[in-house]
Amino acid sequence: MAQLKHRDSHDLGMHTEQLAGRTQQTFFDPAAEENFLYPGAFEVDFNKVAEIDAAELSITDVNLRIRELMKQGHGTINVKNPGAKHSLGVGILNRLNLNFEGSLGYFGCGLIDGPNVRISGRVGWSCAENMMAGTVVIEKNAGSTFGAAMRGGDLVCKGDAGSRVGIDQKGGTIIVGGRVGMNSGFMMQRGRMVILGDSGPNLGDSMYDGTIYIAGKYESLGVDAVVGEMTDTDVKWLTHKLAMYGLEAPNGIENITKIISGKQLWNYDNLEPMEKKLVL
Amino acid sequence: MAEKDLDKFITGDGVDTEREKWIGQHIGYRYDVNLVPDLEKMTPFLKTYIDTMGWKDLNWLEDVHMGYEEGKPAVFDRNINGWVQVPSDIHLPDNQQDRDMIARELLIKFQMSPKHPMVDLNRAYSKF
Repeated sequence: MAQLKHRDSHDLGMHTEQLAGRTQQTFFDPAAEENFLYPGAFEVDFNKVAEIDAAELSITDVNLRIRELMKQGHGTINVKNPGAKHSLGVGILNRLNLNFEGSLGYFGCGLIDGPNVRISGRVGWSCAENMMAGTVVIEKNAGSTFGAAMRGGDLVCKGDAGSRVGIDQKGGTIIVGGRVGMNSGFMMQRGRMVILGDSGPNLGDSMYDGTIYIAGKYESLGVDAVVGEMTDTDVKWLTHKLAMYGLEAPNGIENITKIISGKQLWNYDNLEPMEKKLVL
Repeated sequence: MAEKDLDKFITGDGVDTEREKWIGQHIGYRYDVNLVPDLEKMTPFLKTYIDTMGWKDLNWLEDVHMGYEEGKPAVFDRNINGWVQVPSDIHLPDNQQDRDMIARELLIKFQMSPKHPMVDLNRAYSKF
């Protein structure tokens, strides 16, 4: 932190205190002028359109080209021939419409914070892992660990997804139009997952919190995942969310099953050995 | 979490169950993380924000709620991994949905501020 010594944050106490609420209030001005973009974000215009042909470009070149176009103010970028290359469209912290005409490989659109991404083909493992905000819509199928450790935004796969969908999910909404594989929602901590088809075994295993809505059948629930009660707010939210992406629950939203955490694993380390056996 | 418990962490420490009394702290989140937003309660500021971003609903802000730290209302900023206390002159509505909308609005103002701690960190450590 040596470089922070002569900056404002040093004078405000960042060098000695934890980043706790009381400290942060000194930075905060609720009457500040309206600003909706991160400091340093590129000013882009959604009507300014650019195109990239990725056929002959390396992964790094495609990602740098996207950044360069955003810097020039392009708010809509169409990428042709992505060729299932890995790690395309990662780390975008900007408002942007990004369209891939084709399929992506592993780790596509990871670590994004803001853009609206549409992929006309399929995606490989770990699409949108650690996604922070924005929307990612995949028209076809997705591989395993779809939305791993996702933190915010909407991630939509209109086809089927592999196993461990939303593993370690920490926020956001994952919607799968078809089926999901085993261990989906494993160690989910918060956020929402909507499955319109069936699920493999161990749905929601060891989930700490969060909600899974499933319209089809589940092979089995995981440890500490239990059926919860649908509320009017749930129905209202699901109706709105599914309509946004042109999706429908096959048997109606009122017949969706809600899965939540039984919360028996909370504070697991403090349980007595016999209690641990009872929980598991 | 029921509406009647709205001020539970402002008026008390939230330690209720035998287990919590034994370990001396509340177990779990201090607000209902599973509460989905009521979009009818969205503020004009938030509407402008989601229009600017090209979204049709609250997007990542669905996971932002009014929480409580040290007995005071606060909102959690994931970018600094810390709580931001709500200024004391802001009136708290009597329902969680409205409180959540205020928390979302304040968090946007905080995160987009040039005084946000990430601005300094970005200047010091960013690679691009």
